Amino acid sequence: MFSGIMVNAWIVATMVAVVAGVVGFFTVLRGSAFVAHAVPQAGFAGAAGASLIGASTLTGLGTFAVMSALSIGLLGKRGRHDAVTALALVFMLGLGALFLSWSDQYASEIYALLFGEVLGVANNQVLATAVLGVVCILAVVTLYRPLLLSSVMPEVAEARGVSTQQMELCFLVVVALVTTMSVPVVGALLMFSLMIGAPGTARSFTDKPLAALSLSVGFAVTIVWIAIAASYETDWPVGFFVGVLGAVFFVAGRGWVAWQRSGALRRNNGGRPATGPVHLATASGTSVEPT
Amino acid sequence: MSSVLSGIFEPGLFTSEPVRVAVVVGGAVALVSAVVGVFTVIRGQSFAGHSLGDLGTTGGSGAFLVGANPLWGFVTFAIIGAGAMELFGSRRPRGRDMATGIVLGAGLGIAALFLYLGTTQDNTTGATITILFGSMFVIRASMIPVFALLSVLALAIVALLYRPLLLSAVSQDVAAARGVPVRTVGLLYLLAMALAVSLSCVTIGAILSTAVLIGPAAAALRLTKRPGLAIAWAAVIGLGVTWLGILLAYDSYYWPPAGRGWPVSFFVVALILVVYLLADFASRYRARRAGARALAARRGRAGVAGLQPSETPVPGAG
Repeated sequence: MFSGIMVNAWIVATMVAVVAGVVGFFTVLRGSAFVAHAVPQAGFAGAAGASLIGASTLTGLGTFAVMSALSIGLLGKRGRHDAVTALALVFMLGLGALFLSWSDQYASEIYALLFGEVLGVANNQVLATAVLGVVCILAVVTLYRPLLLSSVMPEVAEARGVSTQQMELCFLVVVALVTTMSVPVVGALLMFSLMIGAPGTARSFTDKPLAALSLSVGFAVTIVWIAIAASYETDWPVGFFVGVLGAVFFVAGRGWVAWQRSGALRRNNGGRPATGPVHLATASGTSVEPT
Repeated sequence: MSSVLSGIFEPGLFTSEPVRVAVVVGGAVALVSAVVGVFTVIRGQSFAGHSLGDLGTTGGSGAFLVGANPLWGFVTFAIIGAGAMELFGSRRPRGRDMATGIVLGAGLGIAALFLYLGTTQDNTTGATITILFGSMFVIRASMIPVFALLSVLALAIVALLYRPLLLSAVSQDVAAARGVPVRTVGLLYLLAMALAVSLSCVTIGAILSTAVLIGPAAAALRLTKRPGLAIAWAAVIGLGVTWLGILLAYDSYYWPPAGRGWPVSFFVVALILVVYLLADFASRYRARRAGARALAARRGRAGVAGLQPSETPVPGAG
């Protein structure tokens, strides 16, 4: 499980998971899950187009991912954001269908682009993934404070001189970069599950941004490691394990929140007068004293 | 004249049985989706609409695996997905977004497994393509009554919930205060959407399903703010792009480079994008005209008001 070609798989998957955990945290915070789903699929169309004209898959992916991200950002200024995302998505997929109908590519390659081929990663892919991953992380670190502020409190951000419009575009480009880095290796679908499942789970446990970010990375890495091991043992696709584990983690997180809440209620209703202020975490992260 | 006509309508278009079925079923599906889609766009549930299509695809691949009728696979999974989204979702848009993402992620994972098992079972990979991209020319005529029944059901739910749906789309709090059971209405609407989407998915594929659900409705809502009118516009646009797309796909049979026809889905999504951009342009143009008129009117009023204090308005003195 840890020999030969599998070494590359572990390295690449871990890198992808770290980046997915970081960028996914902002994706969930901004409610941009649809964009995170749409941009990789647009990249898929680009990959199909690139194989048609003999260009490298990565170039096609990157071009289409950035193009779709920018068009979502620009058109979304006026129209409804989610509807515009859907339009961009279906147009790109339609283009992909057209490219596929022209080429003589076979379904197995398409399947790999959608669901990933994490168990067959070449050495040069490791380098490309690492470079793009570092770029993504650097971008997020640079933009951390304004991005966080404009995600949580857009009005306050505007008042402080942070343009939410610009932040949105920057974020979309980062998503496009993440896509370019991850789709050839782990597929359009696996990446999306990681970007939503892990941060979604993390938010059940803490409201502090940095803690949630770290937890999100931790969950993403855990999910990917379990998935690769399970996939190696069963021969089933990695994407299946990642998708299902993401949902299982999320449900477990929700269950933990519910259990905590019921525990707090029980303690409150126990009749014992509280000696000090008992803090209940509310959804917004502020603490309130029970009345 | 007749040469022009036969250039547009390739010979055999109207006599071909698959084309006739595609025109009827594709048109009906586009119509239902466009009407349901107006509420999807107004309520900001495009992501859910798209995800239900992908979940239906999961069901379709599952049905393919066990040899059941794909339609029931599509419908069952889309309905289960709708229920799960409602279960995990909160009333806040971002919570809803995340819940949709989680359900979609799980669905896609299961789809990956089903497709993998399907390919290992009979060594063909064609099913992946058929399921993911769909083809309008593979609909069987015998399924039409079932389609019609489910379409009517979806439309009936939307018609019954017309006012509460719009009210809770504008403001959930106001709707709740007026006694609208917001969650029930939301769940019922998700069910109607699941029906519409799974029908369109199984007939015209996952790409086109989202395209005809969101595209015509989004364009219509750029043209008008009135829901009733928007539904009419969406229906017209949906039918128009679908039929034109079928026509172009049929005509493209001899087009380069492959010589085997371009996919219907490409034509339909391209047409939808063009229509949306035109509608967007029209609405901006109208807004600018209205803005200019309002500005001119205000200037005119200001001019009159500016003259009033003056005792003797002398023309040309200002």
